[in-house]
Amino acid sequence: MRRHLNTIYVTSEGAWLRKDGANIVVEVDGSERGRAPMHMIGGIVCFSRPGASPALMAACAEAGITLSFLSPEGKFLARVEGPRSGNVLLRRTQYRLADDPGHALSIVQGIVAAKTANQRTVLRRALRDHGDRMSDTARAAIEAAEQRLFHSARRASVAGDVATLRGMEGEAALTYFNVFDTMIQGDKSVFRFNGRSRRPPLDRVNALLSFLYAMLGHDCRSALESVGFDPQVGFLHADRPGRAGLALDLMEEMRPVLADRLALTLINRGQLKARDFVVDDGGAVSLADEGRKAVLVAWQERKKRELRHPFLGENMALGLVPHVQALLLSRHLRGDIDGYPPFIWK
Amino acid sequence: MTAPPPPDPAAEDALVPLSALQHYLFCPRQCALIHVERIWAEDGATAEGRLLHERVDGGKPDRRQGVRVVRGLTLRSFALGLSGKADVVEFRGGVAYPIEYKRGRPKSHRADEVQLCAQALCLEEMFGTTIPEGALFYGQTKKHQRIVFDAELRRLTKDVAAETRAMIAGALTPQPRAMPACRHCSLFSHCQPERLEKPPVIRRWLAGQLAD
Repeated sequence: MRRHLNTIYVTSEGAWLRKDGANIVVEVDGSERGRAPMHMIGGIVCFSRPGASPALMAACAEAGITLSFLSPEGKFLARVEGPRSGNVLLRRTQYRLADDPGHALSIVQGIVAAKTANQRTVLRRALRDHGDRMSDTARAAIEAAEQRLFHSARRASVAGDVATLRGMEGEAALTYFNVFDTMIQGDKSVFRFNGRSRRPPLDRVNALLSFLYAMLGHDCRSALESVGFDPQVGFLHADRPGRAGLALDLMEEMRPVLADRLALTLINRGQLKARDFVVDDGGAVSLADEGRKAVLVAWQERKKRELRHPFLGENMALGLVPHVQALLLSRHLRGDIDGYPPFIWK
Repeated sequence: MTAPPPPDPAAEDALVPLSALQHYLFCPRQCALIHVERIWAEDGATAEGRLLHERVDGGKPDRRQGVRVVRGLTLRSFALGLSGKADVVEFRGGVAYPIEYKRGRPKSHRADEVQLCAQALCLEEMFGTTIPEGALFYGQTKKHQRIVFDAELRRLTKDVAAETRAMIAGALTPQPRAMPACRHCSLFSHCQPERLEKPPVIRRWLAGQLAD
């Protein structure tokens, strides 16, 4: 099985990355801060300012190491890519399928059903872990939402068209996020979830979710590109200039597992505090530098966690799931399997 | 003497790398994953092989005892539809003698022989000569193995070249077949032979996953 390799996250202002033999070296203000052999690294993610030497960029492109530049909030800016990825036959099939709603339907059914089922699993795990500490009304609300999502997932798997599925996805999200605040334990004056807000995030929970979704989106985009897809052309997400529709599609089923669940853990275990966030005058909330570092460390750790893949039946690191799902989607499009097996977490 | 006419661009475009024959003989799906799907996963073995070839190909031509040794010679055959490189070609009194370097040991299948024979057929077309034999050098045993290009090996090579070209031209990727050798294939995780050999009907699989 392909190994889950580490990612280097560079957050320091004034950082400079260079190649030294078969090593990646990170310098800050002229002094060496870190060094790692290239064969142990799967990706480098730079936030904001850091620069990289052309020699390092070329070596990364050759070794298949993704080198990306993101804004401090995690918005994708640029990436260095070698000539190897890109399979024109796969892309042609992707475009043909995306243009044919009837054909795309079964893929979208799987994505929406899996996302809904995975949201339900988050609720079930919260009940299992904290259910006895919840009030009767809180527990009843989560139980009711959990049942609704169970039925929604099954309905989604047989829904008749993509437009209906987009509606079902929205309804499921509403059901799920309506009880999301109930799953937050601990200091409610700091972490209160007031419904999903994105542009900008209006509370700390939303700021955390947005950042984790950006990280997940980045991984999904890399996975799709390394398999040879065009990350912009999706099936569930309609084309919109500048939007990575297929990366968003691929993310859907993984959001509850990789991001939401991690957000709840970080908050409920007290690993994030009020001071890890900044609130600006307009009410927009974002992660402060220290908070962002803590989240990135936890994100790395979470990706190392092993689980059994529902379709392949193999144990693998959670961090490999985006890659494996991209691969399975490509195998479906190339005719190996008669459908796309989405990632279902139990 | 007039220069030969330039080759037909379409025929040049359709040339398939010599290495594809070996991939095809090892496993047609592996060949398709590399040459049709353009997937390449470098693992320890392929990196080692690449380094070996860089060393062999990188050498300068030399001459000893009347034998001229040429490394990294570019080869082509329109009859076979192949192009590639020979590790080493020795010219012994005007007759080309191809030598291919292999990291491992002699194998039970004939993939290495076919690759060498394909090189010989390219050289024959390029120089208008007949090449009776060549050699395979194996890194693990450090031995040369003499290979005679007999009628049977030539026929096998031509057949494999035609099949490989047809598969790549048709952009087909054969279904996987799980074999013991799969475990040593660098494309194992991309191929998923065990799971995809007889995949379930996804609709039914999904329904099972969503049942409580």
